[in-house]
Amino acid sequence: MKTLSRIYTVLVFAFLYAPIIVLIVFSFNLSSSTIVFDGFSLQWYKALIKDGNTLRALYNTIILAVSSSIIATILGTSAAVGIEKYKKSAFRSTIIGVTNVPMMNPEIVTGISMMLLFVFIGRALRIESVLGFGTLLIAHVTFNLPYVILTVLPKLRQTDKNLSEAALDLGCTPLASFFKVVLPSIMPAIITGLIMAFTLSLDDFIISYFTSGPGFQTLPIAIFSMTKKRIKPDMYALSALIFVSILVLLILYNSIQIKSEKKPDKE
Amino acid sequence: MRNQSALRSKLVSSPYILWAILFIIAPMIFVVYYSFTTASGDFTLDNIKFLSKYLPTFLRSIWFGIVATLICLLIAFPTSYIISQKSDKMQRTLILLVMLPMWMSFLIRTYSWMAILQDTGLINSFLIKIGIDPVHMINTGGAVILGMVYNFLPYMIMPIYSVMAKLDFSMIEACQDLGGNKINVIRRCIIPLSMPGIVSGITMVFVPSVSTFYISQKLGGGSFDLIGDVIERQFQQSYNYNLGASLSLVLMILILVCMAVMNRFSGDEGEMVI
Repeated sequence: MKTLSRIYTVLVFAFLYAPIIVLIVFSFNLSSSTIVFDGFSLQWYKALIKDGNTLRALYNTIILAVSSSIIATILGTSAAVGIEKYKKSAFRSTIIGVTNVPMMNPEIVTGISMMLLFVFIGRALRIESVLGFGTLLIAHVTFNLPYVILTVLPKLRQTDKNLSEAALDLGCTPLASFFKVVLPSIMPAIITGLIMAFTLSLDDFIISYFTSGPGFQTLPIAIFSMTKKRIKPDMYALSALIFVSILVLLILYNSIQIKSEKKPDKE
Repeated sequence: MRNQSALRSKLVSSPYILWAILFIIAPMIFVVYYSFTTASGDFTLDNIKFLSKYLPTFLRSIWFGIVATLICLLIAFPTSYIISQKSDKMQRTLILLVMLPMWMSFLIRTYSWMAILQDTGLINSFLIKIGIDPVHMINTGGAVILGMVYNFLPYMIMPIYSVMAKLDFSMIEACQDLGGNKINVIRRCIIPLSMPGIVSGITMVFVPSVSTFYISQKLGGGSFDLIGDVIERQFQQSYNYNLGASLSLVLMILILVCMAVMNRFSGDEGEMVI
């Protein structure tokens, strides 16, 4: 039984990693074939560094992910604080219901619905090309918001109400009691929400595909237009680099987490 | 004084409420508006009437979505159980390994499957080497389903695992003590207890599978159009926004109905577990 479950686990992970291993191997290929390995070379990595368009798209993607996740975190956290105050009411469940919409809807529907809105507004205001960084930013903030709100809200519920009341009794203004008592206690959830929003935005293709214009391309969109033609291994090289950097980040994050979990035992 | 500050705290959420009205509710209204109008803005039912032409595509999308979801469930259930039985450190590492592929562009990963499945690809050149006739795999329905299973399997493993990791194992021991054999323990104890995870896993795999458009184009070679492909073409090629909107409206309603049916079957345990 034990060997059987071991073989099964290995097979599942082999399935998950097969295409990733294939693309890492072929990113070192001497020829541009993604089927036959002709020999080892670093030429695709060199081509990647020289390719201004790809680097530009990478830069755009990071700018968009940083700005949209920060806006979504601020907007989402303040929303959660307000929603929490509504207690059990029809209004509260309506807000939560609406918040769930972008999570439950297929991404393609979210994408086209926002595109329709933007195109309509563009026509009404007679703007030639309404789709661009602005519309992408709005779209990314919108699909990030529910993840921020739904991670912060449960944490807010767990915080001890007596603490903020105690702060008020001790002479804090409501605003000061929020920043000194409530905010520090919900900080872990806010950071989790921020990281989630950042990674979702970094990786999003479908919604960006419908809400972006030719003027502002993100990396997934650049990759998409490249996969329409025959792909070259420089895209494989880029993915291999992204894979390795995420792997390193996750290992670092994990070891920090393990360390911080061990600390309380020692004290 | 206290009431005043509570009111003020409530107001903190107003920027978000405004945002939600503008960018969540208004776009939905536009989908409905475009579905029932012509390009010049007149009321029409033609878009809806036209949909019957796409019935086979809708049916294929649902069928592929169901098959992919079931395969994901069959693979993910044992995987999640095996992972949940490991030591804490091992669990952490394995779950990290499950999540890691999701952080790479799904476009590239799907494209990479093309290199594996092609007639002259890796699997077939291996088969020829060991003397077996090559198998035609790319541009088949099976390849599309494989693409869906591959891309969305982590979404099934994660919620099921997170429920199983918190399972009270004294319940399972009690089940064994009461004379349950292995199959009974799984059927009457483990499956019901991990139902919330299973339900949210099914949702998280079914919705993107039914509405995908990239996977079917790359691995199906254009002969297995799904509803997502048709919608995408209305917006990016033929610029028939009205037809595209009505297709999306139907897709949205269809998924809502599927979810409602499933929640009925699972007995209201379908809380989102991420």
